[in-house]
Amino acid sequence: MIISSIKSFGRYCSFMAQVFRFPDKWGIFGRNTINEVSKLGVDSIPLVIIISIFIGAVITIQMTINIVSPLIPSYSTGLATREILLLEFSSSIMSLILAGKVGSNIASEIGTMRVTEQIDALDIMGINSANFIVLPKIVGFVLFVPVLCVLSMFMGLVGGWCIAEFTTMLSVENYVYGIQSFFNEWYVWYGIIKTYFFAFIITSVAAYYGYYVQGGALEVGKASTNAVVSSSILILLADVVLTKLLLQ
Amino acid sequence: MIEARNVSKWFDGQQVLFDISTRFETGKTNLIIGQSGSGKTVFMKCLIGLLSPEEGEIFYDGRSFRQMDAKQRRQLRTEIGMLFQGSALFDNETVLGNVMFPLKMFSPLSRKEQIERARFCIGRVGLENADDKYPSEISGGMQKRVAIARAIALNPRYLFCDEPNSGLDPKTSILIDNLLSDITHEYGITTVINTHDMNSVLGIGENIVFINKGHCDWTGNDQTIFRSTSQSLNDFVFASKLFQEVKKFLEREYEA
Repeated sequence: MIISSIKSFGRYCSFMAQVFRFPDKWGIFGRNTINEVSKLGVDSIPLVIIISIFIGAVITIQMTINIVSPLIPSYSTGLATREILLLEFSSSIMSLILAGKVGSNIASEIGTMRVTEQIDALDIMGINSANFIVLPKIVGFVLFVPVLCVLSMFMGLVGGWCIAEFTTMLSVENYVYGIQSFFNEWYVWYGIIKTYFFAFIITSVAAYYGYYVQGGALEVGKASTNAVVSSSILILLADVVLTKLLLQ
Repeated sequence: MIEARNVSKWFDGQQVLFDISTRFETGKTNLIIGQSGSGKTVFMKCLIGLLSPEEGEIFYDGRSFRQMDAKQRRQLRTEIGMLFQGSALFDNETVLGNVMFPLKMFSPLSRKEQIERARFCIGRVGLENADDKYPSEISGGMQKRVAIARAIALNPRYLFCDEPNSGLDPKTSILIDNLLSDITHEYGITTVINTHDMNSVLGIGENIVFINKGHCDWTGNDQTIFRSTSQSLNDFVFASKLFQEVKKFLEREYEA
């Protein structure tokens, strides 16, 4: 188990060494990167919006129900909702969700290219296939992920506002006052910095599993599952380390 | 000319190729034949450099592949065209995009010239009206022809084909064989075709190498194959009912 993990890590490092080379044609790399921004990033916007609104709303409801004490000010609901969204949900939890969508997409796409010999075709032509296929995905998603993170923060707060506006659980004034209170700008940067790391984990781990698929369609499915599981675990691990480093 | 000298290959301690030495002539259609699992695909992958043989060397017109540095290998790869068993066309590119791909990556041509060259190659394989179609929108035979067009786009010196007839009907198979043969003679390419299709063997087998259980058991051509005394080759060639009848007919002819 330990030896197998060390071997996998070594192969992952050597794979990354192959990926991080200068592209053969910068023009083609640029076009591919823009395509990946669109495919991996822009196409994830609807999912991020829907999930963030609903989770923002649920957090607000739960905070309203649970923070019932004359000693706690009424604007605490908004404040707690904001802190949860900024510190953990929009970076870590959203990355775990994106690991499912983007990670499985990348692993299955590259895995299919492997089993249908498209990667061999690139290698035969003398093209660094790992660099050609994977680098635009990593660069494209890492570049776009802060947009998704900030969007998720905003939409989560909108979800909470909807509860204040359309129910009688709390007033809009209290909620808006709460989300403005004791605002620490660093928390936004903290979330964004974390998502850079998580985006790299999602794309590189999924690409690694897809690139080394051996067999047929069944193995592509397994690689896709393994990619999501491994990247989720690594995201949680990185979350602990980054939180310790950035917030202490 | 491509030459293999004493090529041996192991997988997980098990030897799959045994000291194979053979030559593939320039301007001829060279066939590697053998049963499934005989090691012919492994041998072809060793020839192309997708696998490294543990022993032996491959020479491309006298240039040892093993002794080439990364830059020389890269240069050599631009001289190689490859037709894969499943065509290996890029799903997200149209027919024109697929054929233009090696030109975009390696040729100094302008975009207009690249399109012209790609259209010429597509026309050469008889697919003039399929430029804008995606691989999923065309038949298996058409995909093979697009793959041939992509393989010849850079005017390769060496063309490798891994089972070009697999999954095709006999008529389309003959069409693909004839196309490969024509292109080989027209451009003076060293073509190496991996196949177990006896129609190909008889139709375009100018130089045939028979691989059996990882050994090179026989070399010859489409004229000498029926007169071989190799038992393993005869078992392979005359495995089908049709060729058993052909054998009986030939034996009667010889007796008469």
